[in-house]
Amino acid sequence: MIARRQLLAAVAGFTVLVAAAPAAAAPEKLKVLATFSILGDFVKNVGGHRVEVATLVGPNSDAHVYAPAPADAKKVADAALVMTNGLGFEGWMDRLVKASGSKAPVLVATKGVKERKAVDSHGHGGADPHAWQSVANAKIYVANIRDALITADPAGKATYEANAAAYLGKLDALDQEVRAAVSAIPADRRKVISTHDAFGYFQQAYGIEFIAPQGVSTEAEPSARDVARIITQVKKQKIPAVFLENITNARLMERIAQETGARIGGKLYSDALTGDLGDATSYIDLIRHNMKQLTVALAA
Amino acid sequence: MPSLHELFIAPFTEFEFMRRALAGALALALGAGPIGVFLMLRRMSLVGDAMAHAILPGAALGFLVSGLNLFAMTAGGLIAGFVVALLTGLVARMTELKEDAALATFYLLSLALGVTIVSLKGTNIDLLHVLFGSVLALDDQTLLLIAANATLTLIVLALIYRPLVIECVDPGFMRSVSNAGGPAHLAFLALVVINLVSGFHALGTLLAVGIMMLPAAIGRFWARDITMMILIATVSGVVSGYAGLLISFHTGVPSGPAIILVAGAVYVFSLLFGQVGGLVRQALPRRHLEA
Repeated sequence: MIARRQLLAAVAGFTVLVAAAPAAAAPEKLKVLATFSILGDFVKNVGGHRVEVATLVGPNSDAHVYAPAPADAKKVADAALVMTNGLGFEGWMDRLVKASGSKAPVLVATKGVKERKAVDSHGHGGADPHAWQSVANAKIYVANIRDALITADPAGKATYEANAAAYLGKLDALDQEVRAAVSAIPADRRKVISTHDAFGYFQQAYGIEFIAPQGVSTEAEPSARDVARIITQVKKQKIPAVFLENITNARLMERIAQETGARIGGKLYSDALTGDLGDATSYIDLIRHNMKQLTVALAA
Repeated sequence: MPSLHELFIAPFTEFEFMRRALAGALALALGAGPIGVFLMLRRMSLVGDAMAHAILPGAALGFLVSGLNLFAMTAGGLIAGFVVALLTGLVARMTELKEDAALATFYLLSLALGVTIVSLKGTNIDLLHVLFGSVLALDDQTLLLIAANATLTLIVLALIYRPLVIECVDPGFMRSVSNAGGPAHLAFLALVVINLVSGFHALGTLLAVGIMMLPAAIGRFWARDITMMILIATVSGVVSGYAGLLISFHTGVPSGPAIILVAGAVYVFSLLFGQVGGLVRQALPRRHLEA
C-alpha cells in the first residue's frame, strides 16, 4: 500500500514538473478574469494563447445565485484585466473587486449593446442582462473584448485582431444559421411557453416569442391550480411547445402535453455553458443547441 | 362570486388531469380505507408508515434501472415491501427481538438504502418525486394499477374478512378454533404493501400512509361496529381526495399534502365531536340510563 502511494506521489510530482516546464519557458500570459462561463468563452476565442482565462461563475452554475468565496477574491486580485457583463448581471462584482484590493481595470463587455428593459422578476434593476442571447450582441461583446485586450497588452494587437476577426466571422455564420432555422418554422408557430426569462434578446432578434406561464409558482411541486393555468394558457394562445424546467416531473409534463397537444421542449441553456461533457461547451454550441431544441419542438 | 358549479364541478369537467386525479384518489381511498381500519384495530397503525419507508429502496432501484417507469418502480416497491415484511416476521419469530423493533430496524435500513440509491443516479429533485409522487400526473397505466390494486384489495379482504375480524377481537379464540390466522395475517400484510405502492404513485412514500390511517382514525370516532367503521373510513377518504383536489385547484396548495390536510381537518373535527369517545362528548355530562 505504501509503495503504491509513493509511486503515485512520484508520478504526480513528475507530471507537475512536466506541466510546469513549458509554462515557465513560454512568455508570461495575460491573466484575464471573466465573471461567467459564456464571457470566458468569448475572451478565450479572442485572446487565444496569449491570455489565461479564469471564470468566477463556472459552467453549469447560475450567476444569479452566486456568492463569492474567498478564493474568488484571490482570482480577482491575480487578474490583470477583469471582464464583466454589466447591465446589472453581476451585482456582487463591485464589492468583490474592492474587497480583493485589485488594481486591474474592470471592463463592461456589453458597452454599446442596445439595452432591453426586463419585464422579469430577477430584480436586475430594469435592464435585462442576458444580452448574449442575441448573436448580434455577442459580436459587440467580442469587439469590446478585443479592444480591452489590445489596451491591456498592446504587443498582442495583431493576434487579437486576427482572432477577433475569425471569431466574428463564425458568429456571422451562426447568426445566419439561426435566422435560417427560424424562417423554416411557420410564422404562427414561433412561440413557446417557458419559465425562462433569459430569452428577451433572443426573442427580439429572432422573433420566437417566449411567453411566461402566468401566476405559476416555481416551487418543487406544482399545484392543481398551476397545472390548470398552464393548460388553459397553452390552449388559449395556441402555443405549440412547452419549455418548463421548473416542472421536472416527466409524467406531469407528459400530462400537460397530452391535454394541450403541445410538444415538450428539451433543455434550453441560458446563463452558463455546460461542463466538458455537456451539449453546450462553447457559446456557439449553446446557441446551436437551443436553436435545435426550438426547431424540433416547433416544427410543423 | 363563482357559482357552485364553477367551484365544485367545473375543475373536473374542464381538465382531464383533474378527472384522472379524482379517479386515482377515489380508487386509492376505496382500497386504503378498509386496510387502514384493520391496521388500526390490530394496533399496527405505525406499521403502515414503516412499510412505506421500506418500499423506498425497491422503488428507487426500479427508478435507477429505468427512470420514472411505472412497472419497474412498482415491482421494486412490492419486492422491497415483501422482503421487509418477511424478514420482520422471521426475526420476530426466531429471536428475542419483538416485531415492532425488528420492523423498525429493517425499515430504517431500507430508508437509508433507498435515499442512497436515488442519490447515486438522480438529483434531489428526483428524490422528491419518489417521496412526494404526484396525483396530478396519473397516466393510463398508473391509474389502471391503482384501480386494479383497489379491486384486488377488496376481493382479498372479502375472502379473509372473517379470520381477520376474529383475530382483531379475540386472538386467543381465533387460535383455538382455526389456524387460518397466520395465512390471513400474511395476506393482509401483502395488501398493505400493494396499497402503499398504489399510494406512493399518487401521493409519494411520505404521504401514502396518510390516506390509509387518517380515515381509519376518523371512522373510529364515529362507529363501534367494524362495518360502519370501514364505511366511514372509506367515505372520509373519498371526501378528502375530492376536497383536497379542489383546494389545490382553487388555492394553489400542492395536491398531495392538500388531500392529507383535509383528512387531518376531518380527523380533528372527529376527535372533538365524534360520537364514540370524542373529547367534547366525553366532557358533556352523560344522560343517565332510565328504566
